[in-house]
Amino acid sequence: MKSPSVFNHSSPHVQANTDVAKVMLQVLLALLPGLLVIFWFFGWGIWIHLGLACMTAIACEALVLKLRGKDVMLYLKDYSAVVTAVLLVIAIPTVAPWWITVFGVSFAIIIAKQLYGGLGYNPFNPAMVGYVALLISFPLQMTIWLSPFTEFGFVESVNIIFWGFDAHLSVDALTTATPLDELKTRLALAETVSEIKMSGIFGAIAGIGWEWVNLAFLGGGLYLIYQKVISWHIPVAVLSGLFITALLFYLIAPDYYLSPILHLFSGGTMLAAFFIATDPVSSSTTPKGRLIYGVSIGVLIYMIRTWGGYPDGVAFSVLLVNMAVPTIDYYTRPQVFGYQKLDDTKEE
Amino acid sequence: MAIENSVSSVNSVSMQTKVIQDGLWHNNPALVQMLGLCPLLAVTTSVVNGLGLGLATTMTLLVSGVVVSLIRHWVRPEIRLPVFVLIIASTVTSIELLMSAYFYDLFKILGIFIPLIVTNCTIIGRAEAFASRNPPLLAMLDALAMGIGFTVVLVLLGGLREMIGQGTLFAQAHLMFGEFASGLTIVLRGDYSGVLLAILPPGAFIGLGILVAIKNSIDQYHSRIIDNNSVLVNNGDSTHTTTASGR
Repeated sequence: MKSPSVFNHSSPHVQANTDVAKVMLQVLLALLPGLLVIFWFFGWGIWIHLGLACMTAIACEALVLKLRGKDVMLYLKDYSAVVTAVLLVIAIPTVAPWWITVFGVSFAIIIAKQLYGGLGYNPFNPAMVGYVALLISFPLQMTIWLSPFTEFGFVESVNIIFWGFDAHLSVDALTTATPLDELKTRLALAETVSEIKMSGIFGAIAGIGWEWVNLAFLGGGLYLIYQKVISWHIPVAVLSGLFITALLFYLIAPDYYLSPILHLFSGGTMLAAFFIATDPVSSSTTPKGRLIYGVSIGVLIYMIRTWGGYPDGVAFSVLLVNMAVPTIDYYTRPQVFGYQKLDDTKEE
Repeated sequence: MAIENSVSSVNSVSMQTKVIQDGLWHNNPALVQMLGLCPLLAVTTSVVNGLGLGLATTMTLLVSGVVVSLIRHWVRPEIRLPVFVLIIASTVTSIELLMSAYFYDLFKILGIFIPLIVTNCTIIGRAEAFASRNPPLLAMLDALAMGIGFTVVLVLLGGLREMIGQGTLFAQAHLMFGEFASGLTIVLRGDYSGVLLAILPPGAFIGLGILVAIKNSIDQYHSRIIDNNSVLVNNGDSTHTTTASGR
């Protein structure tokens, strides 16, 4: 390392050896265990969709950068489009048709990211905007998941994704609603939680398959915190917001409300807490603000899952709180060392 | 923005051309003034809905504009706004009654948005900024231009959303033009399941944003051509001063 004279440079004098591309590559590395678990439980579709998504993301990003007269290669090399694509693909069912991924990723990159000004300017998390656009546009295709451990090989996956049918198998027999979806439907039929848990779609902690997906993302997330790519504030706040709210209702009526542990390891909780809510662009930036931001997301996830119209509320929660980020940041500005606390009322 | 139109009118051809151009393009109520967005975004789920609301709005603009212009010398400035609102409200009520008599199905679809034309800011805006300061004929021309400008945007947005959301064009055209028009409906693809997003409110916002962007980029393209031409002309003269032609 060079030893620049401290006297010739303005601060900061200690710099981390990092840039956007390195951060994004580490995020991709941390996502890998989760992707492998999804592959293990839900089949080859994840890799096919992943390839499609990355190609679409790069093509859209390059197209818009070209139209905007920017340096295409400079921005493509930061991998942020690829990260958006991967995060979105994780949320897409592995047997969804190919155009689902293409539509969602194009929407995320072109409308949610580039039209707002590109990386660093988007107020909403692009992957979640893409996911919500898909979920409200194509509810049918977005809620059919393969049952875990189904024998569904590469050829079958290609057939179902690109041609929408499979010669040998009836897909309806292999697919199922997600555990959260199942719980919601049957709770509405006045069944108790313990009755529903008997039905065989649940493992030791949460839904079969899904618990391992969540554990893998928890591991990847801890790696990111260890590498100092993300700070602990947001994940801890999201998880505790969800956990404490869930615990409260669980203690009141354990037969009507799911246990907090089940909430933590169901659906997209861990993915949201470590990878989506922590998006450096659309999340809060002050330490106190990050805690408020995270807790709000956690509580909203619980509210949408329990009383909302959709089985999982991760994407909606993140987008709703994204909207509040400027306000949160405004009211939680840290006090500058050596200055008295700013009194907002006197500023005017 | 609207003030520039209120220059005391000289009933000349250039004034008329300017009024028409403003209404249709340069000062388009939907794309530039961004007025009347509530019905614009809520109703444009199909071409027919957009056209229906657009024509009703145009009629309101026309009648209220002419009446306001006719009485402009007798209305005291202190009470002009209540008077305008009364005129607009009675016009809208008449149009509502007419529509429920002759286009009952369309009237049912547009529902609350017909009476809500009263609150469309374009109408009171044109009454205040133009009709109350100009003679009836010019006011009528302005109302027509503004109304058609608004209707065109409604139809475009309706077409865009209907095409993406349902895969059809001119669906339910018989509601407006009678039974023979039911053949007008174009089905773009038989097995198209539709992108629900385009029909839902976010689709309206995104669609309008795209239309505004297209309009702005056309304007930029034209001003760039004009800039280039002026530079060429100046280079043709042996003087090297390039005019700072603002956009």
